[in-house]
Amino acid sequence: MGKFLFWTLITVILIFLTLPAVVVIMSSVNPTETLAFPPKGFSLHWYARAFSYDDFRTSFYNGLIVTFFASTIASIIGVAAAYVTHRYSFRGRRLLEFLLAAPLIIPRFTTGFGFLLVGAGLGVNNGYAIVIVTHIVLVLPFVTRSVYVSLVNVDRSLERSAANLGASPVNVLLRITLPLLTPGIVGGWIIAAILSFTEFTASLYVTSYATQTLPVAMYTYVREYTDPTIAAISALLIISTTVGMFIVDKTLGLKRVLAIESH
Amino acid sequence: MNAQPTVKSGHGEFAVEIDKAAKNYGAVVAVKQVSLPIRRGEFLTLLGPSGCGKTTLLNMIAGFEAPTAGTISIDGRDVTNVPPHLRDTGMVFQNYALFPHMSVFDNVAFGLRMRKVDKRKIAHDVEAALDMVKLSGMGGRRVRQLSGGQQQRVALARAIVFEPSVLLLDEPLSALDKNLRTQMQFELKELHQKIGLTTVFVTHDQGEALSMSDRIVVMSKGEIQQISPPLELYSRPVNSFVASFIGEINQLPVARVKRSGNSASFAFKDGLVLDAGADGRALPDDDTEVSIFVRPESIAIAEPNGPVGNVIEAKVVSHIYQGTHTVTRIETPGFGRLDMRVGGGQIIDSKPAGSAINVRVSLDNAVILKAAPGAK
Repeated sequence: MGKFLFWTLITVILIFLTLPAVVVIMSSVNPTETLAFPPKGFSLHWYARAFSYDDFRTSFYNGLIVTFFASTIASIIGVAAAYVTHRYSFRGRRLLEFLLAAPLIIPRFTTGFGFLLVGAGLGVNNGYAIVIVTHIVLVLPFVTRSVYVSLVNVDRSLERSAANLGASPVNVLLRITLPLLTPGIVGGWIIAAILSFTEFTASLYVTSYATQTLPVAMYTYVREYTDPTIAAISALLIISTTVGMFIVDKTLGLKRVLAIESH
Repeated sequence: MNAQPTVKSGHGEFAVEIDKAAKNYGAVVAVKQVSLPIRRGEFLTLLGPSGCGKTTLLNMIAGFEAPTAGTISIDGRDVTNVPPHLRDTGMVFQNYALFPHMSVFDNVAFGLRMRKVDKRKIAHDVEAALDMVKLSGMGGRRVRQLSGGQQQRVALARAIVFEPSVLLLDEPLSALDKNLRTQMQFELKELHQKIGLTTVFVTHDQGEALSMSDRIVVMSKGEIQQISPPLELYSRPVNSFVASFIGEINQLPVARVKRSGNSASFAFKDGLVLDAGADGRALPDDDTEVSIFVRPESIAIAEPNGPVGNVIEAKVVSHIYQGTHTVTRIETPGFGRLDMRVGGGQIIDSKPAGSAINVRVSLDNAVILKAAPGAK
């Protein structure tokens, strides 16, 4: 009896979690104008409209640029931050660790609004830079954590062995430590990319019309039109991020990358 | 690398010189004050129980621990402040520490690549090293495809391929099962004879130390207790720690030396007397208090018509069968419990637990040490 209740509960939770995605995907193939569920037929012309809509196209490319730079720069900073906080003790280390984790606690709109103000003060609110910087700050905790867990699991005797065999500290870092950290770094990068590409709240503040990312463009669209084009683009986002996570799981193991279990 | 014994060109007789080295971690003393010259080409073992300082000493030679006092020299060069990667030592770690993201070939080649050796020579030397450890042709394998024994051989090949000034082995065989361990002991010894690298081996297993070493350094609580070749260590331990640590031994109660003319005997409490035997060694002066240590192989079942001296009536307590021999524990009046070594296993049936047994204790090879004050 207990087992039946358990599985029923699990099923209910899973339905609850996946229902929005299912609804969106099913509405996206609805042939008629209004957003309706359940759909009254099957049509892919909303997908065609999504691809041809200018704002979606530009915002998609904007998203790629922002995501690429934000994830890559955040990964570099994250590796350095994880290494320094794990291997060295110095005054202010606690503070640094707190600062690195802070974006997780601070609401996104606060971060976004804060950078909007900074951008206004510096006069850079019309460019990609402010968006990229905002995204770096938002995804940095995730990258750092992923690399940190990988770092903790690096066997120190491997580094000692390399040193014993003649590797200088720089060589140890480049040939032993960093290669062993690769799963953590790559996994962190991918998580950062997914978070950045789908990020809405802070991006709403720091993007301009020219630099808007896809989620922002989608928001603007939905305020003016209520046709299933929005469902189509949403479905594409859902599918691509799902595929992205699937690839991460198959290649590196999602548990490892999200730092749920050690190697 | 060469298959002929190579002795690094002369920087003197000693490959490593440890001079008054000490290591403290705050209030904890890991190594008290050790001076140890290590001869070029010798196989030297650091032996002792956990916490005796042997691994710390090894790490000081390798450069992973800096001595709190004293100096370390390798090939005549003071390396006390030289970092590990510039010391030219090759180390085999207890967990092998093979690089998991590299192939066997790349692992073994690592030391050569760090020394910027030419590519063709690397290929040649790596093959030669793998041949030496009986892993010919396994260069392409990944580390995770290897068994424990194979990983150990790769670790060894990796450390010897660049012919370091000294080879350091940190309990390398402790993770292997007994048969593999014995086999590796033979192979290590063979390898050492072939190549002639100065080798420092750390172990807590005294049997292992006895079987492989040219000299053994017995350590306890951060200090050296004795440095001797294996035979001498076994038969002439200098104190009770070494006597008890090496091999099995029975410690008899304190006795007094009684000399008369050329013969001597030992007088125990309760009037018991044992004849000292015909060893001819100089014994301590008359009336000195001594602790006597007797190896199990020196106690035997007394022959009914054999010599009468040193025969004791005892009672069998238990047997431990070992295949080739049996260790029989007996209870004696006046000497407490003794372990004796008997060949084969017949004694288990002929003298079951509880039966009376007459044994003869030979003191010919006994270890006689001046009794510490307050010893029993």
